[in-house]
Amino acid sequence: MQARVTPLGDNAITIIFGNNINENINQQVFSLFYHLQKQNIYGVNDIIPAYASLTVVYDILKIREVSKASAYSYMHDIIEQALQETNTEHQSPGRKIHVPVCYNVSLGTDLINMSEQKQIGIEEIIQLHANTIYRVYMLGFLPGFAYMGKVHDKIATPRKTVPNKNVLAASVGIADSQTGIYPVNSPGGWNIIGATPLQLFNANSEQPCLFQPGDEVKFEPISIEQFHELKHQQ
Amino acid sequence: MSVVIIKQGLLDTIQDAGRFGFQHLGINTSGSMDLIAASIANMLAANKRDAPVIELHFPASSFLFQQDCLIALSGADFNPVINDEPISMNTPVMISKEAVLKFIQLSKGSRCYFAIHGEWEIDLWLNSYSTNLKASAGGYTGRALKKNDVIDVKKSKIKILTESFGPNLKSNVILALPIKADISNLYAETNIIRCTTGNEYDWLSNDEKNKFQSSLFQISLQSDRMGYRLQGEALEGRKDQQLLSSAVTRGTIQLLPSGQLIILMADHQTTGGYPKIAHVISSDFPKLAQMQPNENVQFTLITHAQAEEAFIQQQEYLQQLEDSIKLQSKQFFSE
Repeated sequence: MQARVTPLGDNAITIIFGNNINENINQQVFSLFYHLQKQNIYGVNDIIPAYASLTVVYDILKIREVSKASAYSYMHDIIEQALQETNTEHQSPGRKIHVPVCYNVSLGTDLINMSEQKQIGIEEIIQLHANTIYRVYMLGFLPGFAYMGKVHDKIATPRKTVPNKNVLAASVGIADSQTGIYPVNSPGGWNIIGATPLQLFNANSEQPCLFQPGDEVKFEPISIEQFHELKHQQ
Repeated sequence: MSVVIIKQGLLDTIQDAGRFGFQHLGINTSGSMDLIAASIANMLAANKRDAPVIELHFPASSFLFQQDCLIALSGADFNPVINDEPISMNTPVMISKEAVLKFIQLSKGSRCYFAIHGEWEIDLWLNSYSTNLKASAGGYTGRALKKNDVIDVKKSKIKILTESFGPNLKSNVILALPIKADISNLYAETNIIRCTTGNEYDWLSNDEKNKFQSSLFQISLQSDRMGYRLQGEALEGRKDQQLLSSAVTRGTIQLLPSGQLIILMADHQTTGGYPKIAHVISSDFPKLAQMQPNENVQFTLITHAQAEEAFIQQQEYLQQLEDSIKLQSKQFFSE
């Protein structure tokens, strides 16, 4: 695989595959992510995939236990080797996750604004949002926050110029061509179009985050009654 | 044995060396801002270096000890007193039951680290004791310490051999061991923060690169465990290119659209989309963590190899310090 390898501070290394949101590039990121994860490299603290890059955070002291060369050059060699060994064939577990979403305007607090801004009916926004299978390109921003894409051009909406002070957990939003769900209450600027009854982040669960990078996600519209019922069951 | 919080501080949380292995899920590392001070406090309290500590901000909490215990404080000097009697920083202190630890006045630094000898009975979350305030998890039920919180510590195996103190014995309630960790080598007395270049460093013009290294940047009041916002000469950077979000680390210096800089600290998000101009080197991060709002920093760039070497040297010094503390402590402890 072709990539640029560069340091990120003195204890991390980033592999850059491109600079746009693209499924093929993201697939390369994940191929390398899974390949490195499997190797269980001593001294590696974290492997963080993003849209078009992968970052490996390492413990300088642990690497220096096994390497006479600098920790960076040791990691650099491992990455170069891994890039040669990794093929870009689809190899992600690619779980398919169905997420019920209630697009009621009481929860989708920006639906009306968006409808006016984009000159498009609320029903169409919902349909376009729910009729796509999204890919979890990466997680970041908040614990369990998945950046999913891409949404239909007709509903791609820039972040709000004035962010909300408190977006409620489980709110489903759109920012540019991305969609995502707030796992916890947080300030945020995404356009909120609905909410899910699912809990996206549960610190007490063995798997605290519902989403993992590489997942495929489909939203299923539900009524407000179903929303409350499902929420009650949790 | 228990330690009770009898007065709530500004923001006092349980931290350790950080939570690793979950950043791909958006779960940041948290951990002590000043990892060196946290390590030294633990060494002096005869704990493992990465054991949990309480990170204190001024005005800090007050603590009541329900049993005898061995404690140590390192990092910022908040003028600690036990039963109104001043105690030293960077020294192991044996205190008896019913003693009260308070912090009177901030005289140096930003964050004080409080280690208590023994195993704390708090829950590990994802392999770490660090408090993650965003996730409301880890540390003390995922939040800052409040009045009436109780931290239980398992009874220690260590016994203090009081007869070896001789004239050092201060009183019946406080025994300061005649051991002092010399930390002067670890925090340089300058405002220079060393950095390596970031991936978007070349987005700055040559003039701006000079500005980055020659001008002073003031740590603004909007600075916390997530990030230090700096105030200084605005840097333009190039505007013609968009940047995708990618991973960031402790010490990443990002250029905001306003032209101002932000340094990412211990509670930073796992990913960010602003240009990465530079990265504070790991070995200067503790010093930065102890700087206060309104202080000025000046950045100087060094090579990546120099940064790694500086970190190794700092760790070697810490190791020597730990060996020496262990050796000196021997005569006072029995297991």
